Parts: sequence; C-alpha cells; structure tokens
Amino acid sequence: MIADHDILIMGAGLAGMRAALEAARAGANVAIVTKVHPIRSHSSAAQGGINAAISEDDTWESHAFDTVKGSDYLADQDAVEVMCREAPSDIIEFEHMGVIFYRNEEGKLGRRAFGGASLARTYFVGDITGQALLVTLYDQILKAGVKVYEEWFATALHMEDGACRGLIALEMVTGELHLLRSKAVIVASGGLGRLYEPSTNALICTGDGYSLAYRAGAPLMDMAMVQYHPTTLAGSGFLMTEAARGEGAYLLNSEGDRFMKKYAPNKMELAARDVTSRAEATEIAEGRGIDGNVLLDLRHLGRDVILKKLPQIHEMALDYLDIDMIEQPVPVRPGMHYQMGGIQTNVDGATKVPGIYAAGEVACVSVHGGNRLGANSLLDTIVFGRRSGKASAEYAKSVPQSGGGEDLLRREQARLTDLLSRPYTGETCAGLRLELATMMDAKVGLYRSDAGLKEALQALHGFRKRYENVAVGDKGRIFNQALTFVLELGFMLDCGETIIHDALHRTESRGAHTRVDHPERNDQEWLKHSLLTFRESGEPALSHVPVTLTRWKPEVRTY
Amino acid sequence: MQFTIEVGRYNSEGIYADTAVPGRSFPPPWDKSPERRYQTYTVELPEHAVVLDALIAIREYQDPSLAVRCACRSAICGSCAMWINGHANLACKSKLAAFTNDGKTRVESPPSMPLIRDLVCDMTPFWEKHLAVKPWLENKEPIPPANEEYRVPNAAMDELIQEVSCISCSACLMDCESFAVNPDFLGPQALAQAYRYVGDPRDDKTKERLAELSKPGGIWDCTHCYECVTQCPKGVAPLDQILKLRKLAVDAGFTNNAGTRHADAFASSVKHSGRLNELTLLPLSTGIFNIIGQLKTLPSAFNMARAGKLPPLIHKAIPGVERIRKIFQRVGGRFK
Repeated sequence: MIADHDILIMGAGLAGMRAALEAARAGANVAIVTKVHPIRSHSSAAQGGINAAISEDDTWESHAFDTVKGSDYLADQDAVEVMCREAPSDIIEFEHMGVIFYRNEEGKLGRRAFGGASLARTYFVGDITGQALLVTLYDQILKAGVKVYEEWFATALHMEDGACRGLIALEMVTGELHLLRSKAVIVASGGLGRLYEPSTNALICTGDGYSLAYRAGAPLMDMAMVQYHPTTLAGSGFLMTEAARGEGAYLLNSEGDRFMKKYAPNKMELAARDVTSRAEATEIAEGRGIDGNVLLDLRHLGRDVILKKLPQIHEMALDYLDIDMIEQPVPVRPGMHYQMGGIQTNVDGATKVPGIYAAGEVACVSVHGGNRLGANSLLDTIVFGRRSGKASAEYAKSVPQSGGGEDLLRREQARLTDLLSRPYTGETCAGLRLELATMMDAKVGLYRSDAGLKEALQALHGFRKRYENVAVGDKGRIFNQALTFVLELGFMLDCGETIIHDALHRTESRGAHTRVDHPERNDQEWLKHSLLTFRESGEPALSHVPVTLTRWKPEVRTY
Repeated sequence: MQFTIEVGRYNSEGIYADTAVPGRSFPPPWDKSPERRYQTYTVELPEHAVVLDALIAIREYQDPSLAVRCACRSAICGSCAMWINGHANLACKSKLAAFTNDGKTRVESPPSMPLIRDLVCDMTPFWEKHLAVKPWLENKEPIPPANEEYRVPNAAMDELIQEVSCISCSACLMDCESFAVNPDFLGPQALAQAYRYVGDPRDDKTKERLAELSKPGGIWDCTHCYECVTQCPKGVAPLDQILKLRKLAVDAGFTNNAGTRHADAFASSVKHSGRLNELTLLPLSTGIFNIIGQLKTLPSAFNMARAGKLPPLIHKAIPGVERIRKIFQRVGGRFK
C-alpha cells in the first residue's frame, strides 16, 4: 500500500500525540505510525509528575536555573528558557483537556517536591501522572480524528534529494510492508532502555528513532549522557518514583543511616539524580549496602499518604517483592532510566536534515544536558511535541508531496525477505541482546573509564559481527515479532556505538557521565556538545558545537 | 523452580497450526475454535516469577515464534491481558505459583475476542466501545483563561482517580458475561470511562451522556456478574461505576427504558409483598402496553412452563410485610 500525508509521526507517546494534535490543529493531514497501540507507549510509566513554575511564589527563571544546574551546565540555556517559560500554559492546557491534577485547598493545582528543585513545583496525579496525561491526550486524538497506523513498525526513512519524505513500515497484523509518504516526519519514538540490562524501561524502548534518523544523516548529540535513576526496585528493576522522596521518604544504608547527608547536606534525598545514584553506588561499594541495594523508607509517611499519593509503587513493591512499604522499607538501587542525548534539534524540533523533526526522549534540544531533573521529561514531551507539530506543519506548506519511494519499498522488502531466510547458526537475538545490554550496564553505566570504554567498543564490534548471523526464529508473516526483535537489535547496536564513542572521547565527569579516570568537570575543554554523525564505513564522525549560555555562568554544583 | 506452561497457539497461515481464516471478523463471541492448539513448555524460573516471565523465557530461548504483546512488565501499559487458567488476567501480575493447577498453567487468547495469532487478539471491539462513549471532556463554560485551571475541590478529582487508573487492558471485557451474548453491549471499560466524564465537574454534557448511556447496549445491559470487578488488575471496579451511572441516569429522569422498569418492578414487588412476583416482573419490565415485546417473550415462557420453572400463579405476601414497607419509607427515594 502507498498512502500520502502531510506529516507522519513515528511514535504515539506524549511527544508524538502532542505533535499530532498540534499539526492537525494547523490544518495538516497528519498520521501517526506506532509499533504499539498509543496507550501502551512508555510515557504511561512516568509516575511522579510534571514541572512548571505556576504558583505565585515561583518564577520560570528559578525553574530554568534549577534545570541548568541539574544539567551540570550542558543544557542549552535558550532552550531551557523556552521550556520553562511555556511550561505553565502547556500544563494548564492539559488541565483543560481533562487531566485530573491534584488540587490544593483552594481548588487550584497542588504540587509536590522533587529532586534538584529549589521549591515544590511538580504537578501530579497520584503516582500515575504519565498515564493520566497519556490517556487524556489519546482521547483528544480520537476526538480530533487523527489517523493512527497502529502496530505498524517503521523500518526505514524515505529520503529524496537529501530530505525526508516519508517512511516504510511493516503492518504487524498482516505482515505487509507499506510506503507512507509525507512532507515531513516527526521522530517521537522514545528511548533506548533495552540497550541496558537492567533498566526501568519497557521492552519496546529499543532506540528505533535514534538509529533511523542517524542513518538518514541527522547527528546524534551528547549520547554519553545516560541517566541512572536512584530508586529502582531490587530484582526486577522497576521504577519507584522520585515522588516517594518528594513526599519525604528517606534513603538508608545498612547501618540505618540517612547517608545522603554526606553527599548532599542541603537537599538530602532530593539532590539531583546523578548525585543521588552515585551516592548509593558509593555506599554499596563501601560495604554499607544490603545485597547490592540501599533502602527506601516510607514508613513515617503513614498509610494515608502512601495509599493516596503513591498507590502504584505501593502495589508494585507488594506484587514483585512481597513488601508492604507501609510497614517495611523497600530495597532499591540505581538503574538505567533515561537517555538525555538524542537527535540534535532546535527549539522547534527541526534537525539538520530537512523534513526530519524529533521530539521527546529521542530528541536532544538540549534541555537536560548532562542530567535531567525528575518531572522535566513529561514537560519536555508536551512543550517540544507541540512546537515540532506546529513547525513541521508550517514547513510542510512549502514542500511538494513526494512521488517516489517505490524503489525503497522494494529494497526494504528484499532486505526483510533476506533476513527471514537467514539460516539458524546457533546465535539468538535474545542472547545477543542480553550480552550487549549487560555489557553496556557494566562498562558504560554509572562509572566509566578509558580502559572499560575501549573494551566496550571492542565488544560492540564483536556483537555487530555476530548480529550478521542472527536468524529470525519465525518464518510467518502474521505478527512476526521475531522479525521486529532482530530489527530492534540492529537499532540498539547503533545507539550503543554512539554512546560508547561519546563517552570514550569526553574526558571529564559531567552530569550522568562519570569517568573515574577524569573525575572533575572540565569547562575549559568540555563545555560543549558532542555530535555523532553516521558514516557508511567505519566509526561515527565526532564533532562539537558550543553550549548556548544566556544568563547562568557555570558554577560548582552542590546540593 | 520448574513450571509447566500450556500455551494456546493459533496461526492462520498454518505454519504452526493447520487453520483457515485470520480472526479479523467480529463476532463470533465465545469462539470455540477447533484450530486452537495447546503446546506445552517447561521453564526454569525463580519461585516468585509471573506468567509473563515464563512467556518471555519461552519466546526468547525456546520458541521465537510465540507471539505475545507485552511492554512494561509491571502492570502499567495494559498489553498482556490474556486468559490464564480460563480467566482474564495480566500475565505480568499473575504469579506462576498461584496459577499452577495440576502442575501446569494454561495460557491462551480469550475466546471472547477475535484471534490474530497465539496470545495476540484483535482489540478492535474494545477500542470501538471506548470510542463510542465519547471519552473526552466537553468543557463546561466558562472555560478559564489559558493561564488558569478550573477551580474544583481535590475530592472531585480524587473521585475519578479510580477510573483514570484504567490501563485499557481489556481484562474486564474479555470476561464480561453480557458481552459474551451481546456484542453490542458497551462493556465494563467503556462504561467506567463514561462515568469518568459524567462524574467530572468540568464536563458540560452530563445529561446528553446519561441519555445516550440509557439506551440499549448501555448501563442497563449489565447483568451484575461481577467478573469485571474480579478481573480488573487496577481496582477500577467497572460495575461500581455502572451502578453510579444508573443512579445518576434515573435521578436525571431517564426512566423510560426496560432497565429502569425492570429495577422498578423489583422494588415495587418487594415493597408490596416482601418478595419478588416473577409473574409480573416480565410484563412490567417490557412495558405494560408493549404487546409485541411481551408476545416475543412467550416462547421463553412456554419453555419455562415445560421445564416446570413457572412461578406460582397466585402471589402471596410474606408475613410481616409492613415492616418491609417501613424500610422503604426509612430509606426514602423513589419508592417511599
């Protein structure tokens, strides 16, 4: 099948659907292509809340400063200003759409504290904020009648004269490959957590968009900046929201000590995530952990606060660890959570490649720099989702509809047929993925070193070779997930390679990127973004662009 | 620990089963497809493992051709609702140990939904029902300016968090007894979402919504089997929301329907004689002057008579019925 639209959006999480709604409002013919039903998108897993300077005692400048400081000064301050200035009206718009935000006594939006913030500015719905935003936005998409190609898996971007004019997608239910043409594509496909084991991310977060855009020529920026969340559940690695600490929970070591007083005497448990995760890792490494974990203690918050404001994590600890947090502390540890880096964009979601826009976790504007503050990711998705929807619709007006693409469709068809006919040689997709992801966690995780990263790079090259031998364990057409898993593993290898390259070259410690052999931040040499550009043969090309500073000079960062 | 999983396989291409048509058409409800095959796998997993852990282990290391939807693994995304030992549950929330019967766990796509492949069913009926209740806010005037929220008490928002907690997994619809015999029934999830907007003080279309929901296929088609309350993994309790909608609809005056008449006939019979007069229940529910409607029930009546299931022709009040009437007075409302 061949279909034509003005704007195609890859991904139906918050960024993608917000972009779709905005582009539709601007009169564009919009369609969303998503490999899972929109409601299954990983935005629903965001728990704690969304930041904005809404209350009278707050200012957008304060929010912006906290964000810049949290980023370890790697965020572009002009972009942060845009996000923080537009945050209040974007959140209010969601309230008008029907999100049932928590209210204060006056019936106005009520807030909670979050990490790295100088005052409470996180707005929320219990501990299901992402889900509450996602279902509301999905229903708005239904109301607006936006076309959704549901369970369609994007395999390639359609490029014409150096510009992106659509994509090829596999319809899971029929196994048919389709050409969808457009004037612009917004990549809003989310993160890459499956590249790490363990991770808080869903099984669908496989870096598809990073890889497709990268191979189409869009540079990836600051890929080394991979966030480890301080509180992931022992064993499963599921997310225990920062809102627990926002509501007042303690972090304890094996001696029952609130150890954060050593690392962040002012903010304690509410220091930025990179600081808190490293503090936990240090405690565990120095023998004050409990089976590789520390404890998250909520008991003093009381039953009511836990059941009313944190019901989901209460249920998760019960379901997966048999621990009732009302009565017992919960063992947690740092775990891979978020990719700050991504497809380089401007504040309108535009990339270096005409026709490719990006928004949400897959994009790097950069508002998170070296470390994202909790409750800034939902904000990122709705502000820059909206902006990229609007800008792409405007761009589409000046672009003629593409007439080509059939060659690419045939090439992709041939590629998939080849893949399906590959003989089984003993190499499994799942086995290779697990080796890759375990390696990434060990060598490209919370702590990194020159030697470790070089080993990682070598390992990755080995994985790439072995990837050529991975067979597809299902020869059917209908809902062939074995096929899409192999494609996803290919995306993850690209992501891994760019992360390792960036981490290897950035010889300093900044934000989430901690080099044990270069423990200090080095503004002299490294107050700049890294760009990784795809090259047909060999390693990605590395280049740099300056960080945009507007009003905040880099300072020593303490909490 | 070793677990044995029996998985319902289905593949319309006949690659793993010899079957015919892909399950894209709807109905059949309760399709007892003979093409379904059960394949047994053994997996080694920790004691506290969930059903999804087993399915992932099978898919990753034993049989990559097993199709199953899953994403978050922690009961948030709603992907993995399926039949486990004959009832709808989230695979990621069901402990294998608790679901092992006679040494095995049986997992399959629910027969109430059209089948695509293996554990993947066609969710179209579910999403069509969701859409049918117009699940979006119709803003009440005056809409506050762009920098201001609606002022509402937190209790009003809290009241809706139960419905907003719905993850659209469809476990409720998969096991809904009413949906099983009537594909047009809106079903538990959609009706719970309908209440989410009816109950929202910021919504302007309460009356219109209640009118719509009082029509056939709506709130009165639920038979109170409680399957949805039992199966919901997130505590949404759809039946509770349906009952709230019924009360609101009756209070708003939408009483000219079989559902309200049926409920009224129950109440007035109990008030009158302290027990149910089954003989008058049917004509009263159908409508006294609805002759055609009543004639349509005759075959059932004959069948009941043949089976000796007809109620006594003379209906007597129980002793002490006055005390029952007093209860009605004390409770107040429509039957005082």
